Amino acid sequence: MLVVENLTVEFPGRHGVFTAVEGVSMTVAPGEIHGLVGESGAGKSTIGAAVIGLLQAPGRIAAGSLRLGETDLRALTPAEAHRIRGKRISMIFQDPQTSLNPLMTIEDQLIETILAHEDIGGAAARARALDLLGEIGIENAAARIGAYPHQFSGGMRQRVVIALALCTNPELIIADEPTTALDVAVQSQVLALLRRLADTRGIGFILITHDIGVIAEITDRVTVLRGGRVMEAGATAQVLGAPTHPYTRALMAAVPRIDRKLERFLLPAVEGDLPETPEAADEAEYAANWLLSGLRHADSGPVLEISGLSVRFKGTRTSLFHAPEPFAALSDIALTVQPGSVLGVVGESGSGKSTLARAIVGLVNPAAGAMRFAGEGLPYGRARARSHPVRRAIQMVFQDPYSSLNSRHRIGEILAEPLKLYGIERDPAQRRRIAGAMLALVGLAPDAIDRYPHQFSGGQRQRIAVARALLARPSFLICDEPTSALDVSIQAQVLNLLKDLQARFGLTILFISHNLAVVRQMADNIVVLKSGRIVEAGPSEAFFASPQHPYSVELLSLTPSLALLDGAA
Amino acid sequence: MAYFILKRLIQSVFVMLAVAFLAFALFRFVGDPISQMTGVETTLADQERLREDLGLNDPFLVQFARFTGKMLVGDFGFSYRTRQPIGEMLLSRIPATLELGTVALLISLIVGIPAGVYTALRPRGAATQAILISTLVGVSIPTFVIGIFLIFLFGVKLGWLPTFGRGGTVQFGWWRSSLFTVDGWRALVLPALTLGVYQLTLTMRLVRAEMMEVMRTDFIRFATARGLPMRALHYRHALGNTMIPVITIIGLQFGGVIAFSIVTESVFQWPGMGLLFLESIRFVDIPVMGVYLVVIAFFFVLINLVVDLLYLAIDPRLRVKEAA
Amino acid sequence: MWARFWQSDGFWLFRRSPAAMLAAVVAVLILGGALLAPWLAPSNPYDLRTFDLMDGLLPPLWQGGDARFLLGTDDQGRDMVSSILYGARLSLLIGFSAMLIASVLGVSLGVAAGYWGGRFDAVVMRVADVQLALPAILTALLIDGIARGVLPRELHDDLRIPVLILAIALSLWVNFARTARASTFVERRKDYVEAAIIMGQHPLRIMARHILPNILGPLLVIMTVDLAAAILLEATLSFLGIGLPADSPSLGTLIRIGMQFLLSGEWWILWIPTLFLVALVVSINLLGDFLREVFNPRLR
Repeated sequence: MLVVENLTVEFPGRHGVFTAVEGVSMTVAPGEIHGLVGESGAGKSTIGAAVIGLLQAPGRIAAGSLRLGETDLRALTPAEAHRIRGKRISMIFQDPQTSLNPLMTIEDQLIETILAHEDIGGAAARARALDLLGEIGIENAAARIGAYPHQFSGGMRQRVVIALALCTNPELIIADEPTTALDVAVQSQVLALLRRLADTRGIGFILITHDIGVIAEITDRVTVLRGGRVMEAGATAQVLGAPTHPYTRALMAAVPRIDRKLERFLLPAVEGDLPETPEAADEAEYAANWLLSGLRHADSGPVLEISGLSVRFKGTRTSLFHAPEPFAALSDIALTVQPGSVLGVVGESGSGKSTLARAIVGLVNPAAGAMRFAGEGLPYGRARARSHPVRRAIQMVFQDPYSSLNSRHRIGEILAEPLKLYGIERDPAQRRRIAGAMLALVGLAPDAIDRYPHQFSGGQRQRIAVARALLARPSFLICDEPTSALDVSIQAQVLNLLKDLQARFGLTILFISHNLAVVRQMADNIVVLKSGRIVEAGPSEAFFASPQHPYSVELLSLTPSLALLDGAA
Repeated sequence: MAYFILKRLIQSVFVMLAVAFLAFALFRFVGDPISQMTGVETTLADQERLREDLGLNDPFLVQFARFTGKMLVGDFGFSYRTRQPIGEMLLSRIPATLELGTVALLISLIVGIPAGVYTALRPRGAATQAILISTLVGVSIPTFVIGIFLIFLFGVKLGWLPTFGRGGTVQFGWWRSSLFTVDGWRALVLPALTLGVYQLTLTMRLVRAEMMEVMRTDFIRFATARGLPMRALHYRHALGNTMIPVITIIGLQFGGVIAFSIVTESVFQWPGMGLLFLESIRFVDIPVMGVYLVVIAFFFVLINLVVDLLYLAIDPRLRVKEAA
Repeated sequence: MWARFWQSDGFWLFRRSPAAMLAAVVAVLILGGALLAPWLAPSNPYDLRTFDLMDGLLPPLWQGGDARFLLGTDDQGRDMVSSILYGARLSLLIGFSAMLIASVLGVSLGVAAGYWGGRFDAVVMRVADVQLALPAILTALLIDGIARGVLPRELHDDLRIPVLILAIALSLWVNFARTARASTFVERRKDYVEAAIIMGQHPLRIMARHILPNILGPLLVIMTVDLAAAILLEATLSFLGIGLPADSPSLGTLIRIGMQFLLSGEWWILWIPTLFLVALVVSINLLGDFLREVFNPRLR
């Protein structure tokens, strides 16, 4: 049905012409879900935009052919191309929060779209809209159709988006990361819906995603992209199960598996990283010795003990006379972290995982509860002095490596800051020496010290953030979703680094993630949060083998299985 | 929703109180009111009696409360310069300024919004570039220079239009209007253009920036991907969402129009509030200055309340509660 | 530092924008002329001995004027070139000073309000609301009016320039405060700031060393645009006869004087200073527009 041959897309810019997609060929048959998978910069979204004719300026199709059935998509005038959009090709975007016009009701948006392509009259259009909402699983459609987008939850909103893409009966739908913004439970429902639509209506889908799990779950065929080129393509089971291209193999090896814990991910060397020379090893050794000489291990007893911890946020005020209902972000949390162990905290968005980290480091003030660190009481956020010793002892690695480093400071300044602030090292030259060695320890070249954060990739920045945390000689490290903003292969690098450091220095880590597979790779013990409460806690391997709480069971079963990959590795 | 309106009302009252306080502080502490009201021949004892009669020896807050209370019932005190009640002076001047400001604002909206939409939809067209350059020059020319230029061109060189005063007016009760005679309109054209051109450039640039922002959002891209007609895409989806921030600024602009009418009125000798204010500054007529402030702030607050109500009408997110 | 500048996107865009380059040239020429006025100008318009009533109302050179006076003279016999250079000097002095005071005041308040939030923020923003209800020109007029009321006449005449600067500065700070607050609000929630807070850095240090460098972009735009606004405001006040008097004329004062010759034939007394003022403000605004594009790539 859709045939793409030798597609090349270029973006002219300041530094010459950038080729985003080069010589890509693919086909989509009716009722088939064709996955486009690749890491950021692979050009997968650009292919989708080229097919529907919505390339962002100044992008242009430089070569190749695009045919939908008998229609040559490249030969169309802009007006003809616009008539085809919606009518024959439609699209689903990533974020359902921003995909709908907030000022119009669902009904108006649906009817408007139907009438734009078919002259069937308002009543018939409304009837079809109602049927469609029922079909995609919106209960009580007749009552809900008059609602505005903000009155739907995220998952329901994505269903409305799908209804809008569907209401003109297109042959092909391009779904660009349709489940990335959704929680795992909602994700599996939306994926099931897409599969059903492909099967019952015979719609062809291009599913663009970075998530191998999503690919494994519902696609028939898959094309693996890197740097705008096709690495490997074929039936999903074959590509994932028995990859032939080295890149695909490396990619599959980097995917964290929910069904087993790996000691280390096997990865090829990455450009820009530190080559393994004797000098580099010496540098890293220097940093390691420096770190070991200052790490003081608590001899006995837990590093962190929390009991009865509750955090409440003020609700938004909607009335002058009624005080707003407080929102309980965390209720009655109790947990213990033993020295040298990794505690994994998992939960869906809004479960309170990050609030827990923020309460420990003092960014939010708990409403009740006690926290003890290395046997001593930990004051609440506002009561904690700026000079409190725990500010050095607890360090944090954040989710977004693009915002956790001040983009106006050089790496050297960023790394020297903890040494200076905590009074660890008074001599500026020595500070620089230690910072440089620490870069070697996290695997970055020494010239990084005079560069700015924007000159590094996300994974490299995350390693700089880890180096900054280590320079405080912490006894406790909190990692808040440290890899969820990163590509799979980069994620594997950062996980490897954390595993190595943890093993070598016996670090105590609180590891927060929404991704169960990632947590399994890191954690010795696990805590599952739901709506601010702990529903299950225990040793990690036992948890993954036989979860006890129904919610844990559900979470584990909904995470896409990667059994397909077992042929690989 | 009721809470939203109520909150805005309370904020408005706060702004009015603050401005009233400013006006009161002006009256009370800038120069001595008694020496302003009395001549050199008044004895010290008389001055002291007057001070007592006017309540100027009362505690500060009592004086402020009395000052505010009097304002609420329309007693604005007397001008130092003309010895007339300020309320009457202002009332005779308000219609001129309001008519001028409203016509100028209408010019700015009627031309500015379509121009903004046009330049946003065709960001690279030649006409867009021309409009952008001319609006940049527009914001850079002081209002008074525009006024002088218009006087020079249409008044002096071509002799088509009058260059000062309100022309023929019609009286409706206390409202003296120049909107009902040809002569009045002829007199209004140049000042209104002068005042409108500057606001027009602001309106246009704002609409353009907001519209371009909206055109980049996901829901517009999604609507494009669904193949909606361009007309619906641009005017129903994009323009609708553009209006929310634009309305805010238009509310603020009304304040700007009133303020810049001071300059316009001075250039064209337009007998409005602005000219009165300028005279009062020149003669340090403090009570008039204070009352002018309060009146301006009142108009401003009023317009912004209307803007808030418009928000409610446009944006369902403020009207309809979110589902859990 | 310099290498970074030459290679930056901003400089690249600059070289591709003829409007921005032209504006920069005009702005630098006027600024240079104003700074060097005492050495460049043929005569000193403040010094009564240097001009002669006999030279009054001479037209510009190309309209058959005197070789000594390139742009002609006014009714007092003052050389227009000198008046304009000295006038621009005063206008720029007042504009720059007012803009700097407004930016320091506004940015400090705005960053602190955005960083701390809560009650301090509420107070600053309510004051800003009141200020917004009284537009810039009104505030400036008002402050000038108060100064007249409070200061004795002789003192007021001496303090005219500082009063004018203060009046303009106080009417412009809100722009800075609102922009700085909004940007700080965004930065405050970014991880690098939270990291600094967790480390226990001093709030003032966080604001000055971490937040301020990251919000400079939009502030630079406001600084440029408000410099233009300050110059316009000064010209307007002087035109209204409330700014600077005729014996120390700024560009606005020159235009007010020129107004008297609107109906007679001496067009140069009015239109040459006007043209000069407009060229100055247009070029500053063009640069502001250009900076806006550099710092907000989505407008391109």
